[in-house]
Amino acid sequence: MFDAPPKKLVEVSGLKMHFPIHAGLLQRRVGEVRAVDDVSFDIFEGETLGLVGESGCGKSTCGRAILRLYDITAGSIRIDGEEIGQTSQHALRPRRPKMQMVFQDPQASLNPRMSVARIIGEPLDEHTDLSRPQKLERIYELMDAVGLNRNFANRYPHEFSGGQRQRIGIARALALNPKFIVCDEPIAALDVSIQAQVVNLLEDLQDRFGLTYLFISHDLSMVRHIADRVAVMYLGKVAELAPRDALYATPLHPYTQALLSAVPEPDPSIENRRTHIILTGDVPSPANPPQGCNFCTRCPKVMEMCHHLDPVMREVQPGHFVACHLHDPEHAKTAGQTAAPEATKSIQQGD
Amino acid sequence: MPDGGAPVLDVKGLQTVFRTRSGEVHAVNSVSFQLQPGELLGVVGESGSGKSVTMMSLIGLLPSPPAEVRAGTVTFGGADLLKVREKQLRDIRGARIGFVFQDPMTSLNPVFTVGYQLAEPLRKHMGMDKAAARRRAVELLELVGIPDAARRLDDYPHQFSGGMRQRVMIAIALACEPEVLIADEPTTALDVTIQAQIIELMKELRQRLGMAVIWITHDLGVIAGIADRVMVMYGGQVVEQAPVKDLFATPQHPYTRALLQTVPHVTGARADRLNVIEGQPPVLSAPPRACPFRARCSHAFARCGQQNPPRVPVGPGHDAACFWNPETGAPRDV
Repeated sequence: MFDAPPKKLVEVSGLKMHFPIHAGLLQRRVGEVRAVDDVSFDIFEGETLGLVGESGCGKSTCGRAILRLYDITAGSIRIDGEEIGQTSQHALRPRRPKMQMVFQDPQASLNPRMSVARIIGEPLDEHTDLSRPQKLERIYELMDAVGLNRNFANRYPHEFSGGQRQRIGIARALALNPKFIVCDEPIAALDVSIQAQVVNLLEDLQDRFGLTYLFISHDLSMVRHIADRVAVMYLGKVAELAPRDALYATPLHPYTQALLSAVPEPDPSIENRRTHIILTGDVPSPANPPQGCNFCTRCPKVMEMCHHLDPVMREVQPGHFVACHLHDPEHAKTAGQTAAPEATKSIQQGD
Repeated sequence: MPDGGAPVLDVKGLQTVFRTRSGEVHAVNSVSFQLQPGELLGVVGESGSGKSVTMMSLIGLLPSPPAEVRAGTVTFGGADLLKVREKQLRDIRGARIGFVFQDPMTSLNPVFTVGYQLAEPLRKHMGMDKAAARRRAVELLELVGIPDAARRLDDYPHQFSGGMRQRVMIAIALACEPEVLIADEPTTALDVTIQAQIIELMKELRQRLGMAVIWITHDLGVIAGIADRVMVMYGGQVVEQAPVKDLFATPQHPYTRALLQTVPHVTGARADRLNVIEGQPPVLSAPPRACPFRARCSHAFARCGQQNPPRVPVGPGHDAACFWNPETGAPRDV
C-alpha cells in the first residue's frame, strides 16, 4: 500500500502513423491510410498491456511504431525516460537492445539459412563485444531459458516445430537483456495445445527477468489470461483501456461489449445462455474513416451526435478509460433519451 | 436433434496415405463416422490431426498422387463414393454435397464475377437457363445477407470484404440445396465479430433448409455454440465422439480432457496458470500400432504402447478410444 507508484516504462502520447496512398500516372499523393490515429497510453514497468482488436485496426502497426520500426507521422514515445519519437534511426541503434520484438510468424521471421545458434547470437554480434566462447555460453543460457535443447544449436529453423520456432524467436529477443518486448500475435500461428506452452513461457520469463510486455493479439481469451491491463483498438484509435478484470466484467464501450460477446465460450452450458451482440456490416476503410466517432457506422447504441462529434478519451473510473459519448458526463442526459429507442431497435434486429 | 434412422453419410474404415519423397505419411487411419440427416457434426482437432484430409478424401478432392485413399467405404445416396466414377462424383459434388473452405479469397476465382460463379453450379447441376440462374443467384445472395444483391452480382471477389466473401462461398455451396454441407474452418480467417455473423447465418440457414452439416474447426468455442455432436481427432484418428453437451461435461479421452483445460475463457473464473499439454503431436510416418497420444498422456501405461485402443462405447452415443477410464481412474476392461 505504501509502495512507490509503479514506474512508467513506456509512455505513448498522440501517436499517429499515416501511410500515404499514391495513385495515377505521376504517383501523386491522393490520400492516406490512418493506421494509427492519435493513440496514447502508458505501460508500467513489469506489467503486460494487452492490445486487442480485429484485423486492420492498427494494433500491429502501433506496436511496430512504438519500437520505431517506422518513422512515425506524429506523437511522442518515451521508453525508460528517453524520448525516441523523432530520433533518427542511426541514433536509435544504441537504444535498440532495450526494446525488442517477437513476431507472429516464426517461419517468416527466422532466416532459413542460419543455424539456431547464429540466429540467437546475431544480436550479440551486432551490439556486444563478447568473445566467441562468451557468446556461445550466452546462446546456451538463452536456449535453456526458453526450453530449447542445447544440442540443437547447430540445427536450422525448418527442423523445428512451430512452437519451438517461436521459442527461438523469443530467445533472440531476450539476447540483449531487453526491458521492453513487443509481442506481436506470438501465438496466432500455433496450435491450441502449443499456445499454452508459449504463453506460460512468456509469463515465466517476465517473472524471471522483470520484463514489460506489449502483448498484441486478436485472441481475447488469451489476452484475458496474460494481460494486466487491456487496450481495445478500433480503426486506428483506442476505444477503451482498463484493468483486465474491469474490462472483461464491465466493458463500457459498445464496441468492446460487442467484441467480447462475439467470442464463443468453449462450454455449451454457458454458450447457449449467452446473448451475442451481432454487429452489422464491416469495418470501414482506414483510408476513409467515418465522420465523428469511428464506430458510429456499426454501433448498436449510436446517437445523433456520434455522426459529427469525435468522442474524447475519458477516465470514467480509476484506470478505466473510454472514448464514447455514452460515458461523457456532459452528454449523459441527452444520451439517455436518444439512446433508448435505438437500443430497443437493435435488440429486435438481433432476434 | 435427429436420432437413429438412416444416416445421409456413412464412412467406414477410411484410410488415406500421402506418398512423399521422404516416405509415407499416414494422415487418416481407419476413421469411421455417420452423419444423420439435419444434424451438425463438429470435427475438432489440431493441424495435422487429419480432420480436413478425412473430408477431402471422402469426396475425392485430394490430388492423387501424392494422396491415396487406401481403404474404407463412404456410403452416400446408396453408392460408395470411393468407387464411383469421377464424372458421377462431379455430379454429386456441388449438387448434393456442398463445400465451404477456410480462405474465401483462394477458393473463389478472381477473374470471374461473383454472379458467374454462383450461376455456374445452377446451370450445370440444375439445368437452369441464364436468366433463371441469375434470378436464383440474386435470391441466394439475399439469403446469405448480402445487401444490394442484384447490383453486387457483377462485382469481382476482390471487391468484397472477407466476411462478405465467405457469405458468397456459402451461397455457392448452398446453390443446389445440398443434403450435406462440409465447412472446413469457415470462420478461422475471419474476425470474431464477423465470425459471430457467419455462425448466426449458418444456424438460421440450417433451420430453413434442413441440411446436415460437417463443421471442421480447431476452436472449441465455435463447436460449443453450434454443434449437435462432436468428433475429436488426434494423430489421424477419431479419439472421441459424443453429443456436444456430454463431450464438454464428461470428456472421456485424456486428449479431449487436456484440450478443454488448456483453453482460456472470456467469462467465469480466470486461472493463474494455463494447463499445458506437454510435447508435440505425433509424426505419422507409419500406420499406428499404439495409441498416438501416449507420449503426451499423463495416464499412459504399458498397454498403450502395445496396442492402438479401439473406440469403445462409454455412454449414450458417446465413445472414446482409450484404455483408461477417467471415472474409476483405472484401466478399462476392453
